[in-house]
Amino acid sequence: MTINARTTLTSFVVNGDPQEVSVTGAQTLLNVLREDLHLTGTKCGCNQGICGACTVLCDGMPIRACLALAMVVDGRDILTVEGGKTDPVLSVVQQAFVETGAVQCGFCTSGMIMSATALLMRKPSPDRQEIREELSGNLCRCTGYAKILDAVALAASRLPIQESAT
Amino acid sequence: MTTHTPNLKAVKIAGGVATNQRHDSAHKHVTGTAVYIDDMPEPAGLLHVGLGLSNVTHGTLKKVDLSAVRAAPGVVDVLTYADVPGENDVSPSGMHDDPVFAEGKVQFHGQPIFAVVARTREEARRAARLAKIEYGELPAVTSIWDLDPEKDKQVTTPLTLTRGDAAAAIAAAPRRLKGRMKLGGQDHFYLEGQVSLAVPGEDDEVLVYCSTQGPSETQHLVSHVLGVPSHAVTVEVRRMGGGFGGKETQANQCAAIAAIAAKKHGRAVKVRLDRDEDMTATGKRHDFAIDYEVGFDEEGRILGVDFMFALNAGFSADLSGPVGDRALFHCDNAYFYPAVHAKSAPLYTNTVSNTAFRGFGGPQGMVGAERVIEEVAFAVGKDPLEIRKLNFYDAIGVAGERNLTPYHQKVEDNIIHRIVAELEESVSYARRRREIAAFNANSRFVKRGIALTPVKFGISFTKTESNQAGALVHVYADGSVHMNHGGTEMGQGLHLKVAQVVAEEFQIDLDRVKITATTTAKVPNTAPTAASSGADLNGMAAQDAARQIRKRLTDFAAEKYQVPVDQVVFLPNRVRVGNQEISFDALVKQAYLNRIQLSAAGFYKTPKIHWDRSKGRGHAFYYYAYGAACSEVSIDTLTGEYVVERADILHDVGRSLNPAIDLGQIEGGFIQGMGWLTTEELWWDGKGRLRTHAPSTYKIPLASDRPKIFNVALTDWSEAYEPTIHRSKAVGEPPLPLGISVLQALSDAVASVADHKISPRLDAPATPERVLMAVERLKAQAAKA
Ligand code: FES
Ligand code: FES
Repeated sequence: MTINARTTLTSFVVNGDPQEVSVTGAQTLLNVLREDLHLTGTKCGCNQGICGACTVLCDGMPIRACLALAMVVDGRDILTVEGGKTDPVLSVVQQAFVETGAVQCGFCTSGMIMSATALLMRKPSPDRQEIREELSGNLCRCTGYAKILDAVALAASRLPIQESAT
Repeated sequence: MTTHTPNLKAVKIAGGVATNQRHDSAHKHVTGTAVYIDDMPEPAGLLHVGLGLSNVTHGTLKKVDLSAVRAAPGVVDVLTYADVPGENDVSPSGMHDDPVFAEGKVQFHGQPIFAVVARTREEARRAARLAKIEYGELPAVTSIWDLDPEKDKQVTTPLTLTRGDAAAAIAAAPRRLKGRMKLGGQDHFYLEGQVSLAVPGEDDEVLVYCSTQGPSETQHLVSHVLGVPSHAVTVEVRRMGGGFGGKETQANQCAAIAAIAAKKHGRAVKVRLDRDEDMTATGKRHDFAIDYEVGFDEEGRILGVDFMFALNAGFSADLSGPVGDRALFHCDNAYFYPAVHAKSAPLYTNTVSNTAFRGFGGPQGMVGAERVIEEVAFAVGKDPLEIRKLNFYDAIGVAGERNLTPYHQKVEDNIIHRIVAELEESVSYARRRREIAAFNANSRFVKRGIALTPVKFGISFTKTESNQAGALVHVYADGSVHMNHGGTEMGQGLHLKVAQVVAEEFQIDLDRVKITATTTAKVPNTAPTAASSGADLNGMAAQDAARQIRKRLTDFAAEKYQVPVDQVVFLPNRVRVGNQEISFDALVKQAYLNRIQLSAAGFYKTPKIHWDRSKGRGHAFYYYAYGAACSEVSIDTLTGEYVVERADILHDVGRSLNPAIDLGQIEGGFIQGMGWLTTEELWWDGKGRLRTHAPSTYKIPLASDRPKIFNVALTDWSEAYEPTIHRSKAVGEPPLPLGISVLQALSDAVASVADHKISPRLDAPATPERVLMAVERLKAQAAKA
């Protein structure tokens, strides 16, 4: 057994459900989501914090689950791509991605959707330029981004227009 | 999806061919329920693998001490070449030059030497670092740039294409020029890395879930490595998180390692490469050195051309022979060369073995053609677009002489004139060219450029036996349909298109057709999903299967209801038999009760094609796909930074099976092609180490890099000249070289600093650094002149 094997009990909420997981010091949130909670919608594209495939929301802010240590999210509220039923903005974004054909291989999709959801939570009616910039932290190798940007614009058009308080 | 009641009054089925349909898995991708191999529930006792990679570029393995690796926590086993039960080789070309594990020597930095099998991936990876390896370093070749394509070592036999006497034509031409172009490679950067999960079965059996574009090839190589017959190995894949050619042969090594470990330990084993391992240890698009010499007249009409396409094969043959061939097959792009001599040289280097990548050498050939056109245009002082049009092959229906390719195939279906004319018109090319000139005259540092480039892309595998496909269709007694075929899904919507074909054949709604995972157990001996051929081949095979069943149903209905067969008509979700209508489901049920076989295997082989490599002659392609793109860029001449202001594409997919899917392929292909030629730079240091092995250093296009204005349209008037599946055309690869328009537009912008008097000879990838260098070079040359 290595030193990393010592575990800590961490509790947080995922998609509305309280979870309690014993995690090791080096274990990432991505690992806990995928391995312990079997929420495999969040993908590992690079494991280096660059590609954005592992993006989830932590208290409404987008984070890279491959970099975030699981211990650090203790007490936080996590939203993943599986949480469409619990979050109205996410479900609007999901629907828009389906309708615009923004999905090809789908491997970037959950991260894209979470980044887009974070943007729309913060700013329900962003312009094209803001969408492009906000999504530039998420790599997609298939689509050329055209339909992804269309999807986010469509989702924005369906959300009630109000700037969030934060 | 399951509660559907078919509409028995419908005029048209829901989801037939030539309609916009959403990707069948889209609703699962957006909710995270689409399962990739790494998402599958893990079998109990699953073991994981970490690779031990070479630390030198070329050397003998003097001593390999793995004792510390074996002793590390969690380690179950360490595998080397000695653990390979069959042959230690995954060469797809039968050259026996692609070891699973290095044996005696290593030939590139990052070559797998051993594999650690451990309880967790982290333990496996950590342990892999503890190896003590003594190398006897040997001299290494890491670039082709200084190699002699005629004399230096090649990994396989090169190809020569000859038509007419190019040397004489060039010598006799009023004008001549020659040059050399450097063209970089490209990492696939599929978002899902290489992954395989092997589950041992009884006796010699093993089931491998593998993210592979070629399940039959993976099956074949796993059986070869295990030393068992193919029937013992089943390979299955439901979907990949991107492939782009990078999972054609490159998937096989992981599959083989997983299978070896699984059989040895009687436990399931997963091999999933980390991004840096993946980028270091798997092959990429070939970089090329292109030498050209061209003779032309004062108008800019090409009279003769001579090409040498030297490609960086890496340390083994892999697919480098055929990739070099396809470069030659596309060294004409859309242009007629009255006399041509073209040669390939797949050169050996001490780098990872390069492989298939969307376009498979074709785009490299076309970049060479476009460079020649550009050089001729500068030489005669005309807009490159004029030179392009002047040199096009004859249009379809023209009984001229200018229609023979360098490989002696007649171009019969050429629609490039119309495509280019329509695009030129719709983008207001002439007006914008004038506006750009005016802009450049008034702008000191920012310069604009524009280019409109054509694409003609040959469709078919040049390896004749790959042009076959199989499908398996079952109709269950309730009228629902199970569809399977040899093609694989990597996001391109292949399964959806084939399901549309099956739905159309039975005249049932698309959601009555179940899409299922590709497996060698259902459809054997299939071609890899490559060469853009997926829908062409598998659509035809599935149609054949469906037609067999439909015929049995027709015969059955005719006999049962005592009507002639031509009075049995398949209408949407129902069948008219004589003057009564009966639902498809009810007819199927009756057929079942009457013991009619409701399952069929379908087959297809592409007609008409033949290719004699030794003579360099044949009808290599069933047909061509065409397209054109017009790109406008602006460059900052002080920094070399640039922006793609606008891109417009008009592309031919014949009569599209699914326009929505095809548009997505075109958009994605263009951006991927643009990335290859602009920002994606692979860089090996002097020691042969790949330094751009992570997304932080290797720059694929981001959302912010895409053209500010981006218009993509299909030629809604075109249909395949040959009887392809519903007269559609392939769409996977042809759009990628549309990205050449960006390189040419950058070149045009660079040329403006010397008043378009000097050919910029901008090499690729045209990174900002390279653009800046070209600007400086042209300014200096202009000052001297
Ligand atoms: S997997 Fe986390 S950013 Fe790529
Ligand atoms: S859809 Fe494949 S990476 Fe985005």
